Amino acid sequence: MLGIYSPHNVVDWLVPGRNLFLTLHILGIACFFYIVSMRIVPLLRAQRDPRFDRPLERLGRVLKFWLGQWKHPRYRLAGTLHILIFAGFILLAARAFTVLILGVNENFVMPGLSGRIGPIYERLTDYAATVVFLCMVVAVVRRLVFKPARYAVPAKYGKAHTADAIFLLGLIALLMVADSLFSATRFAGHVHNGEIAETLAIYSLPWMLATLVGSTSLAMLWFLNVTAYLVHEVAFYFLLCYRPFGIQFHVETSLFSIYFSKLNRGTIKPVRWDVPDEHLDQVKSFGVKTCEDFTWKHILDFYSCADCGRCADNCPANSVGRPLAPRFLTIKARDWVFQHYPVFGKANNSKPLIGNIYSEDEIWSCTTCGACEEECPLLVEYIDKIVDLRRGMIDDGNVPQSLQKPLKALESRGNPYGKMEKKRGDWAKSPEALKHGTIPVCDGKNQADTLYFVDSITSYDDRMQSIGRATARILSNLGMKFGILGAAEKDSGHEVRRFGEELLFQALRDQNTDAIKASGVQRIVTTDPHAYNALKHDYKDIPPVEHISQLLVREARAGNLHFNSVEQWLEDRSRVYTYHDPCYLGRHNQVYDDPRDVLDSIPGLHRVEMQRSRDRSFCCGGGGLALFYEPKEEQRMGVVRVRMAAEAGANVIVTACPFCMVNIEDAIKVAGLDGKMSVMDLTELVDQHMVRGSSDKAAQKLAEKTQELETVTSGG
Amino acid sequence: MEIMVCARRVPDTSENEIELSAAGNDIERDELVYSVNEADNYAVEEALQIRGRIGGNVTVVTVDNEEGEEILRRQLAMGANQAVLLSDESFEGSDGKGIATILKAFVDKGHYDLILTGVQADDGAAQVGGMLAAMLDYPFASLVNSITVEDGKLKVSREIEGGNREINEIDLPCVLSIQTGINEPRYVGMRGIRQVASVTIPTLGASDLGVSQGSAGKSAAKVKRVDYFVPGLSKCAEILKGSREDNAQKILELVEAKGGLN
Repeated sequence: MLGIYSPHNVVDWLVPGRNLFLTLHILGIACFFYIVSMRIVPLLRAQRDPRFDRPLERLGRVLKFWLGQWKHPRYRLAGTLHILIFAGFILLAARAFTVLILGVNENFVMPGLSGRIGPIYERLTDYAATVVFLCMVVAVVRRLVFKPARYAVPAKYGKAHTADAIFLLGLIALLMVADSLFSATRFAGHVHNGEIAETLAIYSLPWMLATLVGSTSLAMLWFLNVTAYLVHEVAFYFLLCYRPFGIQFHVETSLFSIYFSKLNRGTIKPVRWDVPDEHLDQVKSFGVKTCEDFTWKHILDFYSCADCGRCADNCPANSVGRPLAPRFLTIKARDWVFQHYPVFGKANNSKPLIGNIYSEDEIWSCTTCGACEEECPLLVEYIDKIVDLRRGMIDDGNVPQSLQKPLKALESRGNPYGKMEKKRGDWAKSPEALKHGTIPVCDGKNQADTLYFVDSITSYDDRMQSIGRATARILSNLGMKFGILGAAEKDSGHEVRRFGEELLFQALRDQNTDAIKASGVQRIVTTDPHAYNALKHDYKDIPPVEHISQLLVREARAGNLHFNSVEQWLEDRSRVYTYHDPCYLGRHNQVYDDPRDVLDSIPGLHRVEMQRSRDRSFCCGGGGLALFYEPKEEQRMGVVRVRMAAEAGANVIVTACPFCMVNIEDAIKVAGLDGKMSVMDLTELVDQHMVRGSSDKAAQKLAEKTQELETVTSGG
Repeated sequence: MEIMVCARRVPDTSENEIELSAAGNDIERDELVYSVNEADNYAVEEALQIRGRIGGNVTVVTVDNEEGEEILRRQLAMGANQAVLLSDESFEGSDGKGIATILKAFVDKGHYDLILTGVQADDGAAQVGGMLAAMLDYPFASLVNSITVEDGKLKVSREIEGGNREINEIDLPCVLSIQTGINEPRYVGMRGIRQVASVTIPTLGASDLGVSQGSAGKSAAKVKRVDYFVPGLSKCAEILKGSREDNAQKILELVEAKGGLN
């Protein structure tokens, strides 16, 4: 042996290296393509899902969420580790390819990496391999010693995933060591022979290894070099072919998952993408019952999940002990798909998901708050899947008794409480509603250009009617010409759709759309984020809709809305306010600042933030039909939320959603914080503090006092 | 097994505000919404479950005017094989015996192994099931809260005072009145109702059934409603008229005073 050669020159067991490695390459690649093609089979059998539109927007998302790793820093340590590993992998891609080719062609140089760039790239990747290796060590230590709680697998969801995770981390570490040792021995061999060699990056893993083996014999270097190469080769192809069997498949699928991710926030997918609403009657089966009923993108989501546990860590249902964790919703489905579409063997028709991998309670436990989707670095979708599974259960008549009555009432009366239609607008007739007459009903015959869409809970619930009255006073004081639909208004159907009763939702939507069109208004305002989301995203061809907080902030900026200082109210001086983001205003519609700006424009108001706020806001327990569902849980979401407010040092929770108000008000009592904590709606606060335009100041003052007292007694 | 279920349309108490009519002998019916009587819905679900276990047919029958179609359609959407409306002007104003007579006439035209009724209609007197059984000379069990089918007979469990249960063996054919809570009735969605929207529901009148004038309807009724009223306040009743919070506090005090909280 005269020098150190490329591994393709080695002859072992009479097999020339070139032939050996060529065979390994072909086998490895063939295996990978076979496995991947078997993984594509379920995608082809799945439902249609048109995701090929808006390519530029999709590319933008790839740059932001894939290349830019946008969501990762939300978890500081794990996110940093992932960004380093990801960057390392991206950098190492060309190097790994070059090393593989070196087995069959000793002079191969990656196009673009010849000349002066080559050595720079080599040194950079020396460090990249080192960083990835170190990240693997840190990751293993985290898994084994620090054991972050979100990686734990509760017994009901199967066995711990730790062994698999360690195995994969170990394999990557091995790949990095093999790659580094290959470079190190080659370098040492050249030095040994007195040949000119590019230096290795100082303090990098290859550099350290080269220092370590520098004094060994050439024969030993040769042996180590070929061994390192073989280990790299085998580890590389083993990883490539093993990844499609577990969480590391995201290395291949994440790019596609993110490119094809959902673009329209706040919406719900149609029952079938290829069937228009009017032909839904002809669809044989609604929703998802077996795994083939999912769309191909949703199955791709299952493949892409990296089991990082961030979704479940943020899921309010999971944290109060409901039988739902988004992470396992995905992991269970992935395992089920793998089991029914095996890589080897025949695909078998899969059985119903409910009863086999999912329980009914699991699927009804979701409040569609969106915390999981907000957190997922891979943009895995959950709400559409939950809604599709619910559609399947509704279609089979599989609905908890507690939900059947409100659904039936929505069908016959247009509200979940079964109250009379003619009483829907009664709250607006009560004398304290307005100082200047009653609120007109928009029927196209009066002057109103703004419709206040009240929705069921604010119309019928004694306590929530106070939100309606406060809003009416505010709009009236702002001099707006507004009205309500009264008896013609039906439930917005927001939760009806999200609980899977699509056709009932459509019936409600159509009735409301007709009534809104007949009213002749030019814009709509609502105090209910659920109604806001429905009107904005689920309805078509209606005037633009705003949440009251958006209107208030605009009026305040335009100088039309002034507030009295909180100092005027004795009680207020000791009050510390915090704002609770309703899911359908915040996460689903990105309205975070407007309500806060309104609060902050009240002079002297002391506001603190809860630790979980804005896009990490913690759901109060859910709105609409979720109020009727009786979940199996250890404690109420609202109670957890109220304690968070107390922890932040607040004693008044301001929210901008009637459902948040119901849940939080109840939770204050359950948490035993009655008298120490209170909750109010943004409109009630504004109504209390706004300076009114009327000349009759004394009467206004009296009205404010009365309203103040009313809110204080009912609020807590 | 051929199963017949007798169902009835009633004003839904959870979706209506029941008020007395001006005449005082009925409730104000102008803006009422109706649905299938709750116990009857359980009876239909039980029939469907039995069919699911051992096969057969489920026929739902109601005595009503044409409005009765609404609930029959709902039961078809739920999964019943047939629905039949028994309707005739001469049936109007029937008392319990009259309704049982009409139903018996229908049973005589077919062959049913098992006849189920709800334990009682929301506005009824829990009498039709027993009368129908007697007229047919079939055995009868009331307040049934579980059914096991055995060879040529059934094992039924009945709810008796104090929450206890007794198990009875009963020969087929028979009539059972079904207690609510025997099962969890399935949900009937908009989609299900639309799918049966165009199914024709056969209507049988007095002549089809062979019900003679004078055996059903107002003229035959020997039980007549003469008054309808909200019971007056008795001496020991107390109505709390304060705010919600005050009332809750007061109730708590009252329960505590009577030793209800320990």
